Amino acid sequence: MTNERKGAAIDIEACSKFYGNFTALDDVSLRVEPGEFMSFLGPSGSGKTTTLNLIAGFTDLSKGEIRLGERPISNVPAHKRNIGVVFQHYALFPHMTVAKNVAYPLRQRGVAKAERDRLVEGALAKVHLEKFAHRYPSELSGGQQQRVALARAMVFDPSVLLMDEPLGALDKKLREVLQLEIRRIHRELGSTFVYVTHDQEEALVLSDRIAVFNKGRIEQVGTGHQLYSNPATLFVGQFIGESSILRGSHRVNGDQTALDIGGVIVSAPGTPKTGGAQVILLRPEDVTVQAPGTGPRDGRSNVIQGKVREAIYLGSAMKYEVILADGTPIVARTATQGEAFGIGASIELAWNPLDGRLLTDDGSVGGH
Amino acid sequence: MSEPESSSSFSRFLSGPALLTLPALAILILVMAVPLGTVISRSFTEGETVLENYIWFFNTPVNITVLIRTFRIAAVVTLVCVIVAYPYAYAMSVVGPRLRLILIMCVLVPFWVSGVVRTLAWVILLQDSGVINKTLLALGFDKVKLIRTQLGVTIGMTQILLPFMIMPLYAVMRGIDLRLIQAAKSLGAHPVKTFFQVYLPLSLPGVFAGATIVFILALGFYITPLLLGGQQSSMLSTLVQQQVLSLLNWGRGGAMGVVLLVATFGFLALAAPFMRQKYKMSGGAR
Repeated sequence: MTNERKGAAIDIEACSKFYGNFTALDDVSLRVEPGEFMSFLGPSGSGKTTTLNLIAGFTDLSKGEIRLGERPISNVPAHKRNIGVVFQHYALFPHMTVAKNVAYPLRQRGVAKAERDRLVEGALAKVHLEKFAHRYPSELSGGQQQRVALARAMVFDPSVLLMDEPLGALDKKLREVLQLEIRRIHRELGSTFVYVTHDQEEALVLSDRIAVFNKGRIEQVGTGHQLYSNPATLFVGQFIGESSILRGSHRVNGDQTALDIGGVIVSAPGTPKTGGAQVILLRPEDVTVQAPGTGPRDGRSNVIQGKVREAIYLGSAMKYEVILADGTPIVARTATQGEAFGIGASIELAWNPLDGRLLTDDGSVGGH
Repeated sequence: MSEPESSSSFSRFLSGPALLTLPALAILILVMAVPLGTVISRSFTEGETVLENYIWFFNTPVNITVLIRTFRIAAVVTLVCVIVAYPYAYAMSVVGPRLRLILIMCVLVPFWVSGVVRTLAWVILLQDSGVINKTLLALGFDKVKLIRTQLGVTIGMTQILLPFMIMPLYAVMRGIDLRLIQAAKSLGAHPVKTFFQVYLPLSLPGVFAGATIVFILALGFYITPLLLGGQQSSMLSTLVQQQVLSLLNWGRGGAMGVVLLVATFGFLALAAPFMRQKYKMSGGAR
C-alpha cells in the first residue's frame, strides 16, 4: 500500500538555542526532504533532542527559523503545528483508555464521533492493537504502550512525525520488531519522519539519511553508507561502526599523506583538510591479519607489525584485537577460512592504502 | 484473591508486621475506642428511653440549624482551601528545589504553631479595632464586621487547614508526568483544554484526598469557631461542649457526637467512589 499524499519538508535554517551561557544548538542548518526518514544520531547532550523539541514547538528558538513545507513555524504554538510526536516514555494519558488516547488528537480537531471511531480503529489495526482498545495504558506492556503512542501520533494524519528515542526503554528483541514496524508504517503513511536516537545501528536500520550531531552542531548528513565509508570527521567515523585509529606525524606526498607510526610509514589517500594532527581511520574488514613476511610486499600495501591481544571467533569471521609496538590497538575482522592466530602471536597487519581514511584529529576519540 | 492466599498472607501478617502495630493499637484502644464506646453507650443509656437523647436532638430546631451550619461551614472552608491550595501546590511541583523548599516552609511553619495561638492571632487581625479594620479606616473605607461572623470563622479555619489541602495535592501533582502536557499540545490541544482534559483529571485524586481530610477536620473544629465566631456561627462541637461541660448532660452531648460521627461516615461513604481510581498513574517505564 503506497500513499499519494506526501509528507512536508522541514527546513532548519541557521538555528541556535541558548540556555543562559550554555549553547545547546549552534547555528544548525538542515533540510529534511518530504517523505524522508531522517535520524538524528548523536551522544546525549549533542543537540539532537533540542532540535526535535524546536521542530515540535516545545522549546523556543533563540535564533534562526524553521519551515514546515514552506511555512515558517517559529511563531506557531505547538498545538497548531500539526506534527505528531512519539516520546521515549510513551506519554500516554493514564486516565484514558487506549481508544480514548488515540481519539484524543481527533477530538481536538472536532472530528465527528463516527469518523473518529473509524480512524481510531484503523490506527489501532495498523499497530495490531485492535483488541486492546478498552484497556488502560498501565495494563499494557512497554512495547504495546509504544504502539499506542505511535497510533496516537499518526491517527490525525500529520505531515511530519517526530520520534524521540521511542524504543529506548524497550529490550533489544522488542526493539528490532518495532523497528521493522516503524519502517513499514513510514512506507504506508508517506509522512516525513524524524527519529532521534543515540543507537547507530538503529539509525542505520531505519533511516534514508542520518544527521550526526555532536556538541550542538551537525557533523555530517548522509546515508548510512556515506557516513560509514566516507566520514567527514573523526567523530562521525568513530560513531558509526567499528574503527581503529592510527596516529603519527604526517607528511604530504603529492595526493597522498604518509603517517609515521613509531618508525613505520603508512599512507592514505588525500591531503589534510585542516591543520592540526592527522589520523588514519581503518575499518576492521579492510585489515588483513597474516603471518610476518607472508603478505604481498609490492610496496603498495600498508604493512605494520603487531601482537594479537584478543582473538574472537564470530562464526562467519574472526575478530582480532592487535596491539602495535607503540600500544595502539587495531581491530581486524577476517574470514574464518584463513589461518588462525592465537593470543600473543606476532603477526602482520596489511591493508590497501585506499581503504584508510585520512581525518583531522578532533579530540573525539574515546567518545564512543 | 482466593481463600488460601488471603489466609496465608494474614498469618504472615500475624507473625511479623502485626507486632509492629501493637503499640499504636494499644494507644488507640485506650484513648480512642474506650472513651468513644463510653460516649456512645451513655448517649443511649442516659435517658428515659434508649432513643430519648436522639429524639431530643432531632426535635430541637437549633440542633438541626447548627448541624447544617457545621456542614456548610466545613464545605465552604474545603472549597476555599481547594481554590487557594491548587495553584500553590502546582507552583510547588514545578519550581526548582530551592524555591520549593521556601514554599514548603511557608506551608509548614504556621503548621508548627498551635491552633489556639494562630486563632488568637486571627482575633487580633480581625477584631473591630484590629489590624485589618484600622488599615481599611486609614485608607478611607468603612469598617467591616469580621470577628464573630461566619466570614471570620471561615477565614481562620481556612488558614489553619490549608496545609492539609496543599500537601496531598502536592504529592499527587509531583507524580504527574509533565511530558503528558507536551504530548497533549503536540496532539493539538489548546493549553486550556490540556489543563482540563489532562492535568486536572490526573490531579483529582489529590483534590479528593485533601478535601476529605480538610472537610472532616473542619466538621470537628471547636476553638476557632468559638473564638472567631459568635452565637450565630457556632458549630456542633461548641454545642457538645455546652451540653457536657456546662449542663453536665453526657447523654445529649454523646448523642450529638454520635450524630456528627455517623454523618461524617455517611459523607465518607458518598465520597469513596470518587477516590477509587480505575487506572494507575505511571505509564510503565518510569
